[in-house]
Amino acid sequence: MNGPLVALTKREITIARRIGGGGSMGVVFLLVLVTMVPFAIGPDLNLLSRIGPAILWIAALLAMLLGLDRLFQADFEDGSLDQLQLGATPLEAVVFVKCLAHWMTTGLPLVVAAPLLGLLMAQDAESMLGVGVSLFIGTPALTFVGGVGAAATVSLRRGGLLMALLVLPLCVPALIFGVSAANAAAPGATVPFAAPLAVLAALTLAAGALCPFATAALLRRLGE
Amino acid sequence: MLRFANPSFVLRFVKRAIPIFGVLSAVLLAVGLYLVFFVAPADYQQGETVRIMYIHVPAAWLGMFAYMVMSSAALGTLVWRHPVADAAQKSAAPLGAMFTFICLVTGSLWGKPMWGTYWVWDARLTSMLVLLLIYLALIALWRTIEEPQRAARVAAVMTLVGLVNIPIIKFSVDWWNTLHQPSSVFKTTGPAIYSSMLWPLLVMAVGSTCLFVTLHMMSIRNEILRRRLDRLTHLAVAAGDAPRTATFEPAR
Repeated sequence: MNGPLVALTKREITIARRIGGGGSMGVVFLLVLVTMVPFAIGPDLNLLSRIGPAILWIAALLAMLLGLDRLFQADFEDGSLDQLQLGATPLEAVVFVKCLAHWMTTGLPLVVAAPLLGLLMAQDAESMLGVGVSLFIGTPALTFVGGVGAAATVSLRRGGLLMALLVLPLCVPALIFGVSAANAAAPGATVPFAAPLAVLAALTLAAGALCPFATAALLRRLGE
Repeated sequence: MLRFANPSFVLRFVKRAIPIFGVLSAVLLAVGLYLVFFVAPADYQQGETVRIMYIHVPAAWLGMFAYMVMSSAALGTLVWRHPVADAAQKSAAPLGAMFTFICLVTGSLWGKPMWGTYWVWDARLTSMLVLLLIYLALIALWRTIEEPQRAARVAAVMTLVGLVNIPIIKFSVDWWNTLHQPSSVFKTTGPAIYSSMLWPLLVMAVGSTCLFVTLHMMSIRNEILRRRLDRLTHLAVAAGDAPRTATFEPAR
């Protein structure tokens, strides 16, 4: 096995667990967002159940975005990022592993929590399963694309808003196919569940394969 | 081609080229607008509103063309590290955003009498809107990073990431729209255009492209001069002078 990458994964997860905040805060943010929606549109259960998957996806997207600025920030500030660049392991692989570990600590809790929050959105079992599966397959794409934005804004003092501006338009495809897949799982859907899900999986794989190169290119520029 | 890496050569080149392209775009746009308003017939269905299309279509085309220009400049920045490529990249973004915005506004003005609404979530409109968002994000990026060379490289990577993403976004939006709205508001394969309408459109398209080239060159020139001024000011400050005493001459 590739030693450094496994070690890096362990390090990332340990740091995330010890510092805390990232994953659980995202879930709480998701809960708050989902709670806010009925206040805005009214407690109509039929309407809520129809737009529920979309609300959960939007909320998950925003919650992912919230945690993304921490992806490289701490390592950039304490110099670990320079050490990682100096190592023999390609920076692209380091970026990939960091994104994956970040997803495990922030994305995975959302994937688990979002279907449960579907209860608040009057979702039935099939829809909740659909939301869970589509988030599980789609959110890694958000992390990989978001990693590019995080690397572009890492050295800026208030880069969070700029990162959102950069990343959100690029998340349109994942959002479209994620919500379509979640909706297709609901009873009475006209589209087969597998079709949007397959495209969503393709988006995640493509993002995982391509985005680390852009992210690594951006991180290399930091040292110059 | 390599000579274009030299800012002084570019300044000399644009000094000659700007008047040529400026006059060319003025003449072409004047002729084009004359054709549009006095020669081209009104459409049998759309009536006079079809004349909006002569602005709308070239704007849409240039909105995308500007992104291509910006992406080639981004390659120049990343591969050869041209200072001129940086300037070309930076100045293409607001121009592209402007043409995309014109395209959206004229399309919306056309949509009100034709479709009865200013905005529909049609696939094409939505893709153009996302393109505008990408332009605005890139402009924000340029404004946020102060050091110009770093800004150029970060913007270059983001531009190329956007370039890869734009077809994917276009594809997803098409899919999304056909899913939600099986009967599209308007057909993407419009009827063939008659030559009496095609000629004004072509003249307008070439004229608008010349306008883009002119504005882009002017903007590149301003960017090069701005950088020189910055540098001179820094040098003057480093030498202990007050910033305002920095003198500055255009290159010959």
